Amino acid sequence: MKHVLWLVLKRALASVVTILVISLIIFIGVELLPGDVAETVLGQSATPETVKAFRKELKLDLPPHVRYFTWLKDFVQGDFGNSLANGRPVFGLITWRFANTLFLAATAAAIAVPLAVILGILAALYRNSLFDNAISTTTLSFISFPEFFIAYILIGVFSVQFNVFPSLAAISPRMNFGEKLYTILLPALTLTAIVTAHMMRQTRAAIINVLASAYIEMAELKGIRRLRIIVQHAFPNALSPVINVIAVNLAYLVVGVVIVEVVFVYPGLGQLLVDSVSKRDIPVVQASGLIFAATYVTLNLLADILSMLSNPRLRKTH
Amino acid sequence: MLKLLRQSPLSARIGMGIVLLNILTAIFAPIIAPYGETKVVGDVWELFNSQFFFGTDHLGRDLFSRMVFGARNTIALAFATTALSFSFGIVLGFFAATLGGWTDQILSRIIDIIMAFPTLIFALMILSVVGSSVYSLVFTIAVLDSTRVYRLSRAVAMDIEVMEFVEAARLRGEGVWWLMRHEILPNAMPPLVAEFGLRFCFVFLFIAALSFLGLGLQPPAADWGGMVRENAGAITFGIYTPLLPAAAIAFLTVGVNLIVDWFLRVASGLKD
Amino acid sequence: MTKLLEIKDLYIEGWSEERWQTIVNGVSLELNRGEVLGLIGESGAGKSTIGLAAMGYTRNGCRLASGSIKLEGQELFGASSQFLRSIRGTQIAYVAQSAAASFNPAHRVIKQYTEAPVLKGLMSQKEAERKAVEIYERLFLPTPEKIGWRYPHELSGGQLQRAMVAMSMSCQPDIIVFDEPTTALDVTTQIEVLASIKEITEKMNKAALYITHDLAVVAQVSHRIMVLRYGDTVEAGETRELLKEPKEQYTRDLLSVRSLREEKVETEKDKIILEIKDVDATYTGREKVLQDINVNVRRGRTVALVGESGSGKSTLAKVITGLLPAVRGSITFLGQELHPELRKRSKEDLRKLQMIYQMPDTALNPRHRIRTVLGRPLQFYFGMNGKEAEDKIKELLDKIELAPDKYIDRFSTELSGGEKQRVCIARALAAEPELIICDEVTSALDQLVAEGILALLQDLQNELQVSYLFITHDLATVKAISDKIVIMLNGRIVEQGGKQEILTPPHHEYTDKLLASVPEMDPDWLDHLLAERASTFI
Repeated sequence: MKHVLWLVLKRALASVVTILVISLIIFIGVELLPGDVAETVLGQSATPETVKAFRKELKLDLPPHVRYFTWLKDFVQGDFGNSLANGRPVFGLITWRFANTLFLAATAAAIAVPLAVILGILAALYRNSLFDNAISTTTLSFISFPEFFIAYILIGVFSVQFNVFPSLAAISPRMNFGEKLYTILLPALTLTAIVTAHMMRQTRAAIINVLASAYIEMAELKGIRRLRIIVQHAFPNALSPVINVIAVNLAYLVVGVVIVEVVFVYPGLGQLLVDSVSKRDIPVVQASGLIFAATYVTLNLLADILSMLSNPRLRKTH
Repeated sequence: MLKLLRQSPLSARIGMGIVLLNILTAIFAPIIAPYGETKVVGDVWELFNSQFFFGTDHLGRDLFSRMVFGARNTIALAFATTALSFSFGIVLGFFAATLGGWTDQILSRIIDIIMAFPTLIFALMILSVVGSSVYSLVFTIAVLDSTRVYRLSRAVAMDIEVMEFVEAARLRGEGVWWLMRHEILPNAMPPLVAEFGLRFCFVFLFIAALSFLGLGLQPPAADWGGMVRENAGAITFGIYTPLLPAAAIAFLTVGVNLIVDWFLRVASGLKD
Repeated sequence: MTKLLEIKDLYIEGWSEERWQTIVNGVSLELNRGEVLGLIGESGAGKSTIGLAAMGYTRNGCRLASGSIKLEGQELFGASSQFLRSIRGTQIAYVAQSAAASFNPAHRVIKQYTEAPVLKGLMSQKEAERKAVEIYERLFLPTPEKIGWRYPHELSGGQLQRAMVAMSMSCQPDIIVFDEPTTALDVTTQIEVLASIKEITEKMNKAALYITHDLAVVAQVSHRIMVLRYGDTVEAGETRELLKEPKEQYTRDLLSVRSLREEKVETEKDKIILEIKDVDATYTGREKVLQDINVNVRRGRTVALVGESGSGKSTLAKVITGLLPAVRGSITFLGQELHPELRKRSKEDLRKLQMIYQMPDTALNPRHRIRTVLGRPLQFYFGMNGKEAEDKIKELLDKIELAPDKYIDRFSTELSGGEKQRVCIARALAAEPELIICDEVTSALDQLVAEGILALLQDLQNELQVSYLFITHDLATVKAISDKIVIMLNGRIVEQGGKQEILTPPHHEYTDKLLASVPEMDPDWLDHLLAERASTFI
């Protein structure tokens, strides 16, 4: 067990370093803004006073490395600075929206993960059957579709034609859980369609790979029942790759949410990020970008750790 | 090659038909389009009629004409980006695989970090800093996407690298360029060609997504993602105008995917 | 009385090149209780396919076309999968070639033993475990009471193979199918597994189908032998009879003792062209994989470098070619010291030292035509192009006995294994080398093809006076071609000297074990050896 723990620790450390480097890249990126940031951002309305205030806001009067560490320290403590657009603290802007994004992603995952894993296993077991071919073609199409295409089809059908679900996912804190679920159903389904397609195809591939192993043939030659071969012999070995597939797709889900949020005007972090990019509201862009990146890195880390722990070849007798 | 085409399954032929149709439309856009790219010719959101096959858009421009010009802009942009991304990715990937050691270590660590950053978020942040223009768009996406090409070409090259014919060439005294050009590249072609198709789809969808978010090609130039955005409001009135450019995007990616799928099956079959 | 196993007119087909093609062509065989039948043949003979068919099983892409497979009178051809499941493991069991791949990595070794008997209700878990330990002990596994509770990746290759032999016994089947059970093992490990198999077939009186490509191995364990080629039966008979008086030419070819050539005794007059002196090498910087290596190669001679896996013999080739620079010592080639690193060597040094590899499949670029394969060294070393190069390529193809006009524009993928290896030889010759390192050049080839390659190398040496450094684990090859033998173990040279000197006693202890482990055609060889070892160890 000791060497597995060491592997996990090493992997976790690498993630921390990655996040630090990303924060540095984000910071330097802002440094590289062409010309004087203040004048570029403020544009025509730049007066000496506003420029000065702006520079102070971004702490441009200090040397770069000092600014980086102050920024990082503040960030870790939850002080993300103030928005340039409306002067409000970024922290307050972000927390509610981030929670909304996670809620949407979690709902989609709750539908997508069991669906994808079950369909993937079935497609692998009945390989090259009509069912497998139908599923493969459908998922291939979903992978090829842009997110907004699926989203608008769902809107067209469910909110315009039948008028059963709202086309705008205007969620608010006053709603109860059921109302919230109802409001976000269409965006959640859009995400589900895309993520399920990816996850199902990879699950299928992972299972087929395991089923082709020599030990599966050996089990068959020992006269063991098909179901038991799958549960006892294939499953423990397929677990590691499938867990990895799930976690990687969850990471994708959290990020893929951006477009869907824009389509459904959902008050999430993605929507905020896109708005802030067009407004060049840099503190907000920095903060939400870093949060997205950290979530993504963490989920990928989780994927690696779980698949390491479930890899039978790393097991020891003692 | 011709024999292979003749044996191709229906799905692949449909894919080829779709891709060909799109390419021809892109090339002959000015001849095909009945109206100008940016010319206002009718009312806002007119429905399909004999004058405007696909109706008109939110400013009263002919949607069909804009879709035809959009094919040109969108496909050309995605193709250029993918080509650039491949040049970066393959050259760096092969270098890392053939030289190994420190070159490989440093390149791979940098790529790891870029890849640990979700692409869309990274692109949004870069574009927020440098501003969106055709060049910044192509360059940013190409650099970000080349990381995946790098991973694949490095892995493929590593597999070939350990084969004895490469060692034989190395013992003969051949230089790095010969190894990459004559020993590794020809053997890496099948997976790389398939990857080109997949990367093209990804880049194509990615640019569409950015345009949809308002960060891609800037108006009044027609591109499919942007057209979806411009006309998005129509859907709530039960007008399906925005679905047309979205469907066009889906149509082309499905086509490319069908070809890639077939190609992968043929390529893996030949190996056995 | 019904036969234990009776296969009649069995046809099996495989799906390739978009159609069903026959791979087993009307084979018939029978097996009595307590009898071992050896199925022998080269690759593509269909022997494994027949072995699996005896269990009513075909691999993906194969199907039983016609015929009959009767196990104790019950027809397996077309039987329900439920029935097949009930006989597999209990009446007929299987031992695969690669134990490492055939044990499920997720479960402990003993759990895989007990699975079948417990599931089939033959015994309780406790009882099955007790039985497993018992049989582990009989098959000479170390710490039999503990070893089963380990995971497969914690056992060595030889141990796993014996654990799999044990596993096949878990339901006390009547027949065991051994599918090349020792092919992937070193000779000294092979003995241990063969002893286990003998224990089962002889002492526990089980019937078996023993599938292998090695006649000497099958001679030790089987009562009868059946020779197969391209899915056809060549001949079958009692082991001793068949070995003594083979009826068919093909069997005679397989049996023929490889032509021992006369040793060319080294004299001081023969110039030393390669001198390896006090060489050490390491991959990690700490642990040494080679230590104190001293070897000389003289002009026109063949030095055989012999050892089992992990002995460092292939590493030494890497050191000589400069792929793995030595950390100590020197290598002198044609009177000049070679730079340890490949990149710093001159073109002339590279030209005069060529290499031929084990796997002809991966040693030739599948995207190059033969013209390019042979033309490039000519262009690279001698600046030859056009007509001049073409003539030279044809001359080289002539030398390796391939018709120039037929082969020059082919891709290597269009050649057979033996033809590919010939092209590899031609590629080495194109550089007009002084020394060729041959790394296991025959071990991936079928026996008869391999002999053709050895004969060709021999002729070329006589004609061109080129020297060979021959790396191999196969002592039969060593006996056939070497002038001098160097024996390696754990990165050191154990013993070296002229062929006769090494092959005749007294030997170094390890040399003795190595030589004694090579199976001989004599069917009593294994019994004698095991008896001898038992008497010395007790």
